[in-house]
Amino acid sequence: MAAPQQQKLKVNGPVTVTANRLTDGVVVWRTAAGGWSTDIAEAAIVTTAPEAIALLESASTPHNEAVGAYVAPVVLSGNGAIGPGNLRERIRVAGPTFALPGAEPHAS
Amino acid sequence: MYVYDEFDRTFLAERVAEFRDQVTRRLDGALNEDEFKPLRLMNGVYLQLHAYMLRVAIPYGTLSAHQLRRMAHVARVYDRGYGHFTTRQNIQFNWIKLDNLPDAMAELAEVGVHGIQTSGNCIRNVTTDQWAGAVPGEFDDPRIWAEILRQYSTLHPEFTYLPRKFKIAITAAGHDRAAIKVHDVGLRLHRNDVGELGFEVLVGGGLGRTPFVGKSIRPFLPARELLSYIEAIMRVYNQYGRRDNIYKARIKILVHEIGAEAFAEAVEAEWEAIRDGALHLSDEMIADIRSRFVYPAYEALEDEPAEFVAAMGDPRFATWFANSVHAHKVPGYSIVTISLKPVGAPPGDATADQMDTIADLADAYAFGEIRVGHEQNLCLPSVARRDLPELWRRLDAAGLATPNVNLVNDIIACPGLDYCALANARAIPVAQEIAKRFADLDKARGIGRLHINISGCINACGHHHVGHIGILGVEKNGQEFYQITLGGRADEQAQLGTLLGPAVSYDQVPGLVEDVVATYMELRATPQELFVDTVARLGVEPFKERVYAAH
Repeated sequence: MAAPQQQKLKVNGPVTVTANRLTDGVVVWRTAAGGWSTDIAEAAIVTTAPEAIALLESASTPHNEAVGAYVAPVVLSGNGAIGPGNLRERIRVAGPTFALPGAEPHAS
Repeated sequence: MYVYDEFDRTFLAERVAEFRDQVTRRLDGALNEDEFKPLRLMNGVYLQLHAYMLRVAIPYGTLSAHQLRRMAHVARVYDRGYGHFTTRQNIQFNWIKLDNLPDAMAELAEVGVHGIQTSGNCIRNVTTDQWAGAVPGEFDDPRIWAEILRQYSTLHPEFTYLPRKFKIAITAAGHDRAAIKVHDVGLRLHRNDVGELGFEVLVGGGLGRTPFVGKSIRPFLPARELLSYIEAIMRVYNQYGRRDNIYKARIKILVHEIGAEAFAEAVEAEWEAIRDGALHLSDEMIADIRSRFVYPAYEALEDEPAEFVAAMGDPRFATWFANSVHAHKVPGYSIVTISLKPVGAPPGDATADQMDTIADLADAYAFGEIRVGHEQNLCLPSVARRDLPELWRRLDAAGLATPNVNLVNDIIACPGLDYCALANARAIPVAQEIAKRFADLDKARGIGRLHINISGCINACGHHHVGHIGILGVEKNGQEFYQITLGGRADEQAQLGTLLGPAVSYDQVPGLVEDVVATYMELRATPQELFVDTVARLGVEPFKERVYAAH
């Protein structure tokens, strides 16, 4: 599941590891405790390439919870709050940037 | 409509059961993602930014009201209450959970629809003219031949692992609504000098990273030789197409690298060896497929019944009629296009309620039949002209009578970065903002036919290369930028657009498009000269000078 192209990644600031949850595709972040969270505030943050690769490798062990893990940039505000680091990640956090036409599904 | 038999229904039920088992094994860990991914893709299941996406084929763009109603049901029960009609005669559901997918697929299979051939390196869902069988002047109903290709290509063992995906489109009318020149294989159905039915065969068209207009390799292929000739093309491609580089694996690269003439020679040599074999289509086989297409029981009707004549006194109806209704091959009937582009809405989206409404209207006024076009609109192919006023009133009440078909607001856009894992930039919000700038539909009608196509990445799902105005989103230093091309077209005169100049930022795009259109309005030779013809006459330079002086 690890993204091979990221094995030589450059890290120029805080990053985390993100993926999609297997069961429903919902965006998740790797936590410091070695699990996955749907809240970016709980994401493990690293700042060097070796740390990022180690975090990615830990997320790519054959646990069956998340799909397509990769390293993604984050921004840290003055009070330490974690936010997505680029537009793609902002959309993954907040959803499409326009009003959706439908309603929530009935099925669980 | 095509009538499926027990074989089709059993096959689909077995396929759903197989996928249900694969999902169970994925969820319990027996399959890892590397093992599961090709299996889900063979059923049209992608993992996008926020969720799994199910892409469902609508073969040759023909749907029954019953099928559309079931799609509305799937949207309502398993998704977020809407579906997205794509540029390839598919519908996509954007938010389905993995463990709900087998149930959703089972419900779709009950009405004969599925995601097979909507993904993977196989022969994809064969597309054609959404007006097939209804429009005047056709040489034959192209859906007959699309269905023959569908049956031939579905799970074809030799062509399940091609170098890359493979797209075939067919047109049978003088005006190409299927964009055949930008497909891997384009088929133009026509008759030769002695009246025999056959195909002009084009290969190597396509958009994406390396766009090409297809080359004609055979001006006339007798229709009954269709499968053997397609098989010869597939074999040459399968043998010589590159597999070492995904970006150079499409047939267009092979045709470009060895030349259309050499490619044609290789195909003809292969064809000579197989043309008289099992793939030769007998009259009986063709007749059997043809007999499974059931056509409406048309009545002998007037072209201008009293209800219609009276309604034409209403300017709103008259405007909708002029914009959305086309002549039918049968007197007294019309082809109606339903715009899925209300100003400011995501292009191609339809809510479950709208799908149900359209299904009801199809049952009431259109022999229960709906069509899907690559322009991301729907059609009712056969509506009695006496019923047009009532149909319009009901469409209008459902927000489905926007009279902007083929106008500047009728924008084709891929899902872009708002949904798609491959995209670099957004497409839908750009389309929404441009549409709002031209919200005055009287003004839009004054501009005339103008196709804007927007893609959120180089893969070109929004067909930007062949937009009269093409817009390609790219990412530079973490920001969205957009390259603009002018003069592309996807019809029988297909050509790729010419780059206007440097890419502009997200915020600049709507204003730039306004300036391009304003420049056209000043430069067009007559009020009847279309935008694309003005660009063809003058080139992009006059537009470039005006537009970049202002930005």
